[in-house]
Amino acid sequence: MSTTETRTLVTEKPSSRARQLRSGRRPEHEYTRPGQRARNRKETAAGYAFLTPWLVGFFGLTALPMVYSLYLSFTKYNIFQPPKWIGLDNYIRMFTKDQNFIQSSEITLVYVFVGTPITLAAALGVAMLLNHRDKGSGFFRSAFYAPSLIGGSVSVAIVWRAMFSAEGPVDSGLQIFGIDLGGWIGNPAMILPMMILLHVWQFGSTMVIFLAGLKQIPKELYEAAEMDGANAWRRFQAVTIPMLSPVMFFNLLLGLIGAFQVFASAYVISNGTGGPAGMTNFITVYLYKRGFSDGQMGYAAAIAWVLLIVVAIIAFILFRTQRSWVHYSGDDR
Amino acid sequence: MTATEAVVTASARSTRPRLARKTWQTVIWFIGLIALTALVLYPLAWLFLSTFKPNSEFGQNPGLIPNAPTFDNYAKVMEGIAGVPMWRFFLNSLILSVAAVVGTVFSSALAAYAFARVQFKGLGIFFAAMIGTLLLPFHVVIIPQYILFNKLGWIDTFIPLILPKFLATSAFFVFLLVQFIRQMPRDMDEAARIDGAGHLRIFWSIILPLIRPALITCAIFAFIWEWNDFLGPLLYLTSPDNYPLPIALRLYNDASSGGADYGATVTASFVALIPVLLFFIVFQRFLVDGVATQGLKG
Repeated sequence: MSTTETRTLVTEKPSSRARQLRSGRRPEHEYTRPGQRARNRKETAAGYAFLTPWLVGFFGLTALPMVYSLYLSFTKYNIFQPPKWIGLDNYIRMFTKDQNFIQSSEITLVYVFVGTPITLAAALGVAMLLNHRDKGSGFFRSAFYAPSLIGGSVSVAIVWRAMFSAEGPVDSGLQIFGIDLGGWIGNPAMILPMMILLHVWQFGSTMVIFLAGLKQIPKELYEAAEMDGANAWRRFQAVTIPMLSPVMFFNLLLGLIGAFQVFASAYVISNGTGGPAGMTNFITVYLYKRGFSDGQMGYAAAIAWVLLIVVAIIAFILFRTQRSWVHYSGDDR
Repeated sequence: MTATEAVVTASARSTRPRLARKTWQTVIWFIGLIALTALVLYPLAWLFLSTFKPNSEFGQNPGLIPNAPTFDNYAKVMEGIAGVPMWRFFLNSLILSVAAVVGTVFSSALAAYAFARVQFKGLGIFFAAMIGTLLLPFHVVIIPQYILFNKLGWIDTFIPLILPKFLATSAFFVFLLVQFIRQMPRDMDEAARIDGAGHLRIFWSIILPLIRPALITCAIFAFIWEWNDFLGPLLYLTSPDNYPLPIALRLYNDASSGGADYGATVTASFVALIPVLLFFIVFQRFLVDGVATQGLKG
């Protein structure tokens, strides 16, 4: 069930859906019969009636605000005085003069591109372990899932702050092995690894999706591969990876995009400063500080647009390279 | 005993060493997973047991077990912070979360029905737009949304937090329900249509009852996400009377960073998690299966 569904998300284009609707389900719409046009009009009216709340939200809270924020990104605006057009100055400042922005981008990219693959690997590893056996795996599945439900909350950020502080449980635990970091929270070198660890800790939801995908792989494929003399590693490479690639694609796409949006934990752990030494000043935290603490709405809008463009480029690259590594079995679309 | 079973037993008998290996594998499997579970759940266990540590033990006793267990932290937390009692934060969180559930389920179900069952001009383009918002980082719209709600005079009210939920702005829920409705057989709506039922009738009497499990999944996630939401209330709520729990926790956290009251901070954190943990324990099947089938992220 899950693979087909995730697949629908990642591959379905509106055109294919329209085709599906036209061809398969209600062929009577293909012909123009008397009264057909009136009925079509009625359908359209009904469609928009049902869609009204969504349409208001889409245009009022997403599409038009985005256009407005694009305009704002070319202005200087502090919410009290009217926006003042300054052309590309915000963008130029960002990439040439603003060291904080450069650092913020760097740590965000490290967080996203280190944290996501590790999380995916952990999720896949544990999913395969759980897939090994049916009996008893339900309990573990739930237990591992719990952190992803609460991981982004303030409560957990506070716990991690306490656990990784100097003389906290993690620090004391490491001291037993002779490693003395003097706490991770105030240490600019250790805080980013700690944030990544917090990210990896929430591998559960990804794991559950992988596990559902693993259960879809026909056992015969493994048996056939074993018969051909493939060892465990070879079976993993030749059966598991290709069969799981649609789920992998889905998890990678949503994982990367989700990681860019880390905010609450960084904000709480650093008490809203993005410190120490700017090492938790992720792009979302920086955007918030610029826009809402410093009142530089125009500049913050420009940061938001850069974030959007980066996310769009990543999604574009993933969708573009999809053909070469995502394998849709029995897919003739 | 059937023939195949006989064969299986016979072959099992002939491969005793293999069976023994299997048992060993199972034992190692369990031990490994129990160790991993202990590691993953350690922070939660630590949080729970630390709520019983007196303030003086923080920084002294990093272990799990409190040396001198006490309920003082709970008593302190109930008093609240910044002159606002704890139950007020709790109530605010509850109002926001219940409103989020009602709004999300209502508006997402309507939109999903339109996308899945009505053929209207513009369906393709709006469906693509909906999928697009699924991948849109929320931070991109916070600046203009803030300006809008500020212009409308809605700062420090719950409206900016609740209104978007009634407008189906979370594409996750719309998409989840679209997928679910599409799986439902069309025979019943066709029959109802022939009997003269309109879309509203079909939606209300046929589709809604059919998609109840998906609606429940949506409701649970909407509740938990709103309960945990930090950025929204941080942006829009300014007076402590209106704070939900996550923002109240920040007050504790900021107050304790001077070394003041770790016990109360940790305990308040735990109290804030209780409803989510209860939801998790009661509905874990719904949650985990919802994630598995729909690819929802926690």
